[in-house]
Amino acid sequence: MPATPLVSIRHLSKSYRRGAQTVPVLDDINLDIAAGDFIALMGPSGSGKSTLLNLIAGIDKPDSGELIVDGIDITALGESELADWRARNVGFIFQFYNLMPVLDAMENVELPLLLTRLSRAERRERCETALALVGLGDRARHYPNELSGGQQQRVAIARAVVTDPTLLICDEPTGDLDRQSAADVLKMLTELNAQLGKTIIMVTHDPRAGDAARSTTFLDKGRLSNDNPFAAHH
Amino acid sequence: MFYLRLVLRNVFRARLRSGLTILGLVIAILAFGLLQTVVRSWYAGVDMSSAARLFTRNSISLTFSMPLYYRERIAAVPGVKTVGVSNWFGGIWREPQNFFAQFATDIPTVLHQYPEFIVDPVQYADLLRDRQGAAIGRELANLYGFKLGDRITLQGTIYPGNWDFNVRAIYDGRDDTVVTRQMYFHYDYLNEALKKTAPVRANQAGVFIVEIADPANGAEIAKAIDDGFASSLAETLTETEKAFTLGFIAMVETIVIAIRGVSYVVILIIMAVAANTMAMTARERIAEYATLKALGFGPGTVATLVMAEALLLAALGAGIAMGLLGPVAHVFHAATIKVFAKFPVVPETYAMQAACGLVVGVVAGALPAWHSARVKIVDGLRRIG
Repeated sequence: MPATPLVSIRHLSKSYRRGAQTVPVLDDINLDIAAGDFIALMGPSGSGKSTLLNLIAGIDKPDSGELIVDGIDITALGESELADWRARNVGFIFQFYNLMPVLDAMENVELPLLLTRLSRAERRERCETALALVGLGDRARHYPNELSGGQQQRVAIARAVVTDPTLLICDEPTGDLDRQSAADVLKMLTELNAQLGKTIIMVTHDPRAGDAARSTTFLDKGRLSNDNPFAAHH
Repeated sequence: MFYLRLVLRNVFRARLRSGLTILGLVIAILAFGLLQTVVRSWYAGVDMSSAARLFTRNSISLTFSMPLYYRERIAAVPGVKTVGVSNWFGGIWREPQNFFAQFATDIPTVLHQYPEFIVDPVQYADLLRDRQGAAIGRELANLYGFKLGDRITLQGTIYPGNWDFNVRAIYDGRDDTVVTRQMYFHYDYLNEALKKTAPVRANQAGVFIVEIADPANGAEIAKAIDDGFASSLAETLTETEKAFTLGFIAMVETIVIAIRGVSYVVILIIMAVAANTMAMTARERIAEYATLKALGFGPGTVATLVMAEALLLAALGAGIAMGLLGPVAHVFHAATIKVFAKFPVVPETYAMQAACGLVVGVVAGALPAWHSARVKIVDGLRRIG
């Protein structure tokens, strides 16, 4: 008997309104993602991969369908419940890092821990561990503008893992990085997946990032596709 | 502590913008405090009003007089202790801009009725001996350099001619609320002269100052006085000293209302400036608010952060303005000493400044806070890059 998937998506649809027009973005998506998986969502621009990622992360709502994460139908949660759910279960890694410029690396990593019941000392200890994990233990008091793009993304990774979430949501994590920094970040994600068992869902245009994932799911025009639309280019 | 640090750093993130906004707040709230103090200075005389003193005047208007013999009839009203006469003189000392109040009074009675005026006994005796003697308030003496023994010539406007006076007493106020910027001289000096030069204007009183035994009976006594002169040649209107003073101020009420209005307009303007600053700030940080919400922070936390920033900005402006009000008011008063006898910066003015700061902060932060709280995470995250 197969194990219950961590993420179970059934008949998920989403459309946006553009003026009087309704533009379908996702159409009847069915997808299972196992716990401990590292999946790359790929597809051309406008294929709906970022929308699907946003829905799985609980920062957007579908029009219809079911989206169960670790046994919870997150489409049924209200805004406040969803915020709590994200704080406990999701770590975010964005293309442009999304660090708070007025907070140093340690404080940025500490942000999501403010939503927990941990004491200040416990938060500090966790932050130090997370920063050490991404190799930035000596940059704790540096502000984002004092760090390179690759270092900023590593701080963002530390922020994403510091709460020990169920899911790591990565939206083009290498999109703004040079080749070496991108490789470092991918290596880090691979290690998080392999060594700590983190389930990672990553949207990317980068074939190298796709290669780092355990599996790749392609989207085209809002539907899952068996074909790799990038195959012709490689 | 973490949140406070975040708010503090955000306030000074765009230093020039925040600095200019705080400067604007300081200027506006300081101007508000000064204008409120100007308004209050108009009412400085009201502060020294006594409930034990009634003022009786011609019911038609202050410019109409009453026969002097009313004094005895008023004195006979039950509850009345003493009755003093007081005529506004309206003389000019050297230049028309050297304005100060001069009253022709029966000095022993009036100085008895105003125990807040402290007169040296020797000077008082000199004053009573000299028909041309005058008592000068300390503030007035300091303003124009009058000294004991000085001879002052006033050019009459209501009572034509040059009138000579000798400074025989310089009186002090009992406390800081007492205005000592008047000159009192003998009614008899004026009245005897009028008997010779303008007999029809002699034996007339502008105001009777009525000292009553029990302030609680003021209304009944005032009515009894006025009833006694009903249907007479000059009907009277008797009111408390406070009401009389306020009525006097009411003649220039339009100016007071205009000043008060300007002070509120200044606050409205800075409110718009601060609101604009906060709106710009919030708009620039939409992606950050979206990130916070994505991480699990609720709309309330985001709104509170924005509102706290607006309040901190306003508090800094208001705090600096409140700190500067005292010294600036002192300088302002020194420059306008001839206009304002008192320029009291009272705790109420500081409270109003603080309230203005609070209102500006709340109004400036409300809309951006509401907007930031409602921002959709997906839309906010798109603002990056």
